[in-house]
Amino acid sequence: MKIKLIGIICIVLIALVISCQSDEQVEFNRYFSAGSAVYQEHCQNCHGAKGEGLQGLIPSLTDSAYLKSNKYQLACFVKNGLKGQIKISGRQFEGEMPPNDLSPVEIAQVLTYVTNSFGNRSATITTELANADLAKCN
Amino acid sequence: MKKLVYAIAFILLWNACKINSSDNKALPIFGNKEAVTKTVNGKQVTDTLYQTIPAFKFVNQYGDTITDKSLDGKIYVADFFFTTCPNICPVMHRNMLPVYNEFKSHADFRIISHTIDPKYDTVPVLKKYADKMGISGNTWWLLHGQKNDTYTIAKSYLVSLQEKNPQGQYVHDGYFILIDKQKRIRGTYQGTDAKEVEKMTTDIKTLMAEPDQKPTK
Ligand code: HEC
Repeated sequence: MKIKLIGIICIVLIALVISCQSDEQVEFNRYFSAGSAVYQEHCQNCHGAKGEGLQGLIPSLTDSAYLKSNKYQLACFVKNGLKGQIKISGRQFEGEMPPNDLSPVEIAQVLTYVTNSFGNRSATITTELANADLAKCN
Repeated sequence: MKKLVYAIAFILLWNACKINSSDNKALPIFGNKEAVTKTVNGKQVTDTLYQTIPAFKFVNQYGDTITDKSLDGKIYVADFFFTTCPNICPVMHRNMLPVYNEFKSHADFRIISHTIDPKYDTVPVLKKYADKMGISGNTWWLLHGQKNDTYTIAKSYLVSLQEKNPQGQYVHDGYFILIDKQKRIRGTYQGTDAKEVEKMTTDIKTLMAEPDQKPTK
């Protein structure tokens, strides 16, 4: 009787964990695939289909360390553009990215896509996270 | 083992045939044509006159004057861009790079990119762009000129350019135009499409093999 109960509790717990995970996974997939479309339309011309950039003109999006250390600024970069000297994958860039007129949802989607493509890996950047970052843009 | 030898022999033969057949392929000639009848040695001869690129004068990224004479005896590709172009230009020049790399050792090949925003794209700006693109030497010229001159020459390349749209952006075609040594148009390719640009590379090789395009020395 007791063993049966423990067994049922275990199964319920496991089921819960699995369903939570897949909820997260579903959310991630949703952001990622929408982000892929946003990327193709708004970023790919410059940064390339494989995030490879363009010579010394446009930086690649493959520098995971840079993306990680600027995690909370990425939304502002996309929204307001970026200019000035930066170092990406050991190479100096001094270009100018124009501001992108995207909604917070689209920004969250495209950043989820970028930070999980081209050899990068990170968690989902949700609209809430993007909004929190956008509130702090200077 | 014997089968393998036969197979190799067959493949070699097959390829040899293919090379031969591409030898006598010629590219079409585009643009307006005009039939002219001349009298040569008392006989009436009809010749076809093809549209050619007229005389021009621009300045490249090194500050050198470039005219139609600078392209005498050259096969070249022309396009129109500007350095701050946010949409199609990065794609065009990403696709142009392999072309540059493929033919940069050919003395009779050039690429010319006309800026359509001469106010911003001054000679030093063009030089900086070239440096960042990693292009050097005289294979690929970035040309600065009077806006009128650039817009006029664009018409002879069958490219359409427009003034800034309400968003302050220039609208233009992303075409690559292939010109032969007689300054005739031999191909137009959508520069934003990597596949079409690959075709252009193949066509340039075909063109270089045509009898009247051979190096003049
Ligand atoms: C007009 C070309 C252009 C477009 C379109 C563009 N970028 Fe950029 N991007 C740049 C340039 C140029 C830089 C470098 C700016 C500098 O040197 O300060 C840059 C920098 C970046 C950086 C920081 C540096 C790096 O390589 O990690 C990120 C992240 C980025 N862009 C993401 C995006 C995303 C996402 C989009 C689409 C929403 C986008 N960009 C659209 C040109 C562009």
